[in-house]
Amino acid sequence: MADHDVLVVGAGLAGMRAAISAYRSGADVAMMSKVHPVRSHSNAAQGGINAALGGGEDSVDSHIYDTVKGSDYLGDQDAIELMCNEAPQEIINLEHMGVIFNRDDEGRLGTRAFGGASYARTFFVADITGQAILHVMYEQILKAGVRSYEEWFVTDLIIENGECRGVIAMEMLTGKIQSITAKAVILATGGVGRAFEPSTNALICTGDGMALAYRAGSTLLDMEMVQYHPTTLAGNGVLLTEAARGEGAYLINSEGERFMEKYAPKMKELASRDVVSRSEATEIEEGRGVDGCVFLDLRHLGAETILTRLKYIHEVAYDFAGVDMVTEPVPIRPGQHYIMGGLKTDVDTRAWDVTGTAGWNGVKGLFAAGETACVSVHGGNRLGANSLLETVVFGKIAGEKAVEYAREQKDFTIADTHLSETKERIKGLFDRADNGERTAAVRMELGQVMNQHMAVFRNEEGMQLAAAKVRELQERYKKLPVIHKGAVYNTDLIFHMELGNMLDCAEAICAGGLLRKESRGAHFRKDMPERDDENWMKHTAVTFSEEGPQATTLPVAMTRWEPQKRVY
Amino acid sequence: MQANLRVRRYDPESAEQGSHLQDYQIEVPDHFTVLDALMKVREEDDPSLALRCSCRASICGSCAMTVNGRASLVCKTKMLDVAPDGQAVLVEPMNNQRVVKDLVVDLQFFWGKVRAVEPYLQPRGEEPEGEYIASNESMLNLLTPMGCIMCGACVSACTVLEVDKNFLGPAALAKAYRFVADPRDDETQQRLESLNESSGVWDCTRCYMCVDVCPKGVAPMDRIMDLRESIIEAGMTNTPGARHIESFARTVAHSGSLDEPMLAIDTWGRTNIIKLMDNAMLGFRTLRRGKLPLRSGPFHPRRPGADAVGRIFKRLSK
Repeated sequence: MADHDVLVVGAGLAGMRAAISAYRSGADVAMMSKVHPVRSHSNAAQGGINAALGGGEDSVDSHIYDTVKGSDYLGDQDAIELMCNEAPQEIINLEHMGVIFNRDDEGRLGTRAFGGASYARTFFVADITGQAILHVMYEQILKAGVRSYEEWFVTDLIIENGECRGVIAMEMLTGKIQSITAKAVILATGGVGRAFEPSTNALICTGDGMALAYRAGSTLLDMEMVQYHPTTLAGNGVLLTEAARGEGAYLINSEGERFMEKYAPKMKELASRDVVSRSEATEIEEGRGVDGCVFLDLRHLGAETILTRLKYIHEVAYDFAGVDMVTEPVPIRPGQHYIMGGLKTDVDTRAWDVTGTAGWNGVKGLFAAGETACVSVHGGNRLGANSLLETVVFGKIAGEKAVEYAREQKDFTIADTHLSETKERIKGLFDRADNGERTAAVRMELGQVMNQHMAVFRNEEGMQLAAAKVRELQERYKKLPVIHKGAVYNTDLIFHMELGNMLDCAEAICAGGLLRKESRGAHFRKDMPERDDENWMKHTAVTFSEEGPQATTLPVAMTRWEPQKRVY
Repeated sequence: MQANLRVRRYDPESAEQGSHLQDYQIEVPDHFTVLDALMKVREEDDPSLALRCSCRASICGSCAMTVNGRASLVCKTKMLDVAPDGQAVLVEPMNNQRVVKDLVVDLQFFWGKVRAVEPYLQPRGEEPEGEYIASNESMLNLLTPMGCIMCGACVSACTVLEVDKNFLGPAALAKAYRFVADPRDDETQQRLESLNESSGVWDCTRCYMCVDVCPKGVAPMDRIMDLRESIIEAGMTNTPGARHIESFARTVAHSGSLDEPMLAIDTWGRTNIIKLMDNAMLGFRTLRRGKLPLRSGPFHPRRPGADAVGRIFKRLSK
């Protein structure tokens, strides 16, 4: 008998929302995460969550249009319509759960402006929106009494006859390796920012779910679409929310000029992120930066706005860069932040092709939501505050659809070999001879090459170099030793396995980038600077093979919006 | 700068009993935090070193430990601030919680406390179709407790938990306040009743340690005092804790100084012989060490200036 109907791997916003919706559907659901749920990286989302709920002139159609345009027409329009249609109700659901959203004078939910949006439709809790929602979501998990495997690291998916039957995982506090079976598995393990150095991402963002599924035969979509956030702090690269610009902050160069007026005359600082990051990189390249940075200037907003609505980033800039943003401009630069690509799913979050005719692979019984997945609502460029929205909308759908699927499954037992093979493989890691290589050093080489060649500006030569470097690192990885041999909380072993996951994601990022012969969204090639709708309004799709990544294309789902020139 | 880290190590798998200190000397840039330094040690020097960390930006709450004895979030503790002249920095796991390995503690104790306060919104009746209507002030008021990242620093520093593991503790009580003060929650009465019991709000000794160490400005003790106020306002005054503060105020207002024996009698009631005997023994020991003024209890006279003290109380109660 399976241990659970549904197992959710990852307990950030998408994972917990999926667990709650599966629980409400009456199933036996469990969550598993390599960290305690409230440590998840959803915490880091600062600015807010989008929905056309405010009334006035805003409409769901406007939200859909902004998202399609923001995606540089690469997003699947059916998925975007679904997300934006569900958004208002999902905001209300979050409010009912207990999220302390900002209010207007009448006590109703209030909004702020955000990048790439025609109207102020971003709902928020100061600048800790992600944290405020994540903690409330965990409250709901505690209320429901959902079984939560905390600090368990998934090493393998259990696949039998092309169907996912659960996971093999290690309990980090004891080192015990165990199989946890389930009729359906939802992957909600977040992004892969740590394959880049620096990155705004937490150390845990290592693409585990993407890599597990990729190796098991799933398809990774649009992996070349890597978002560089325009305002990451000089030095340690911590994120400063777009809400700063939403509240009215300026971007200025070394000459004190508001340079966005040149690049996006209408939206200026609130153009979409790919546009703003490219503009900053251009300013810096052309010598109008200081130490590789331009400046975020909040001084005219006044102490009160900064200290009530942007309290956390004020704290961060002070703690990590010694800058008081009330009186000084903050040095910032574009930094790796998010991956639009991920595990290909349909709008029901299924990571396999149900019809068997759509031209992509997958593993039956495997679902995905959030940054791990590519459904695809962000296409070539995600709008700020659409990621939190994606996690809750598709998390909820994933929970419901996984329960439906689980109910159709007969009970099963799995072969003992899954567990023994994993144990054997991990023993093999411990037995490797110390050849002097260290996990952290290899990870740093990966991060640096990705940040050099797969960044805001790309070209053929650079991407080839990055792909070759990733291949070289993968070869070295095959001999990389685990130095510490202990069972209890062995992070040396965990980091080793995470590095393997990042390398697999990185090869897919390079393969997608090399395949796409145009510039679109975050994928800007200096050697091919134009968007090519005729040939490239297509997704890139990468699958795993022993010989290296296999890249092909898939069509983009269109409903009502024909591609237009993108002007902000 | 040279970072000198002195780390308390514990390995449950080793034959050695208990913990030991291990020194690491590494060269680090001046802007490094204690976490940066620990990560560098782990990456380059000693991969067996166990610690939790993730966001590096004081939002995930993973990396609370004690630095030179003080509970700290090490990602926002600068090396230069704790060791301006390159002194040794003592890094140990949090207090009041079981150590699993090195700097990693068992989280069960912490979360057990949080679970005990029913940490989820409990509205009654049908949910409205749209959002609950609530003033922005009431939501902003919750921003401070909601800013808690559950790092455990306050639990590590709590002097009551050090001697009484039953105390709910600062983090759980701050979380409880978040619901008591939420206009959407309809179980305020039941929540306050439960927090009014022993191990609840009255067990805090107001030592300020939690306020001092909290890296997010949640000020748990202030939230505990807010809860006490709500309990008194709700008329739940018939508990030792509530009687204690009432007696405290009354005797000071009357005579200008604290009447400790009366405080015990008022707190526990005249018929609670066991508690009073217990307190009498305490009083005796205090007296023997010269810490109890002789002129108290039946011999508790009004102090010079007591009238002025009384007037202050009168003015404040207006």
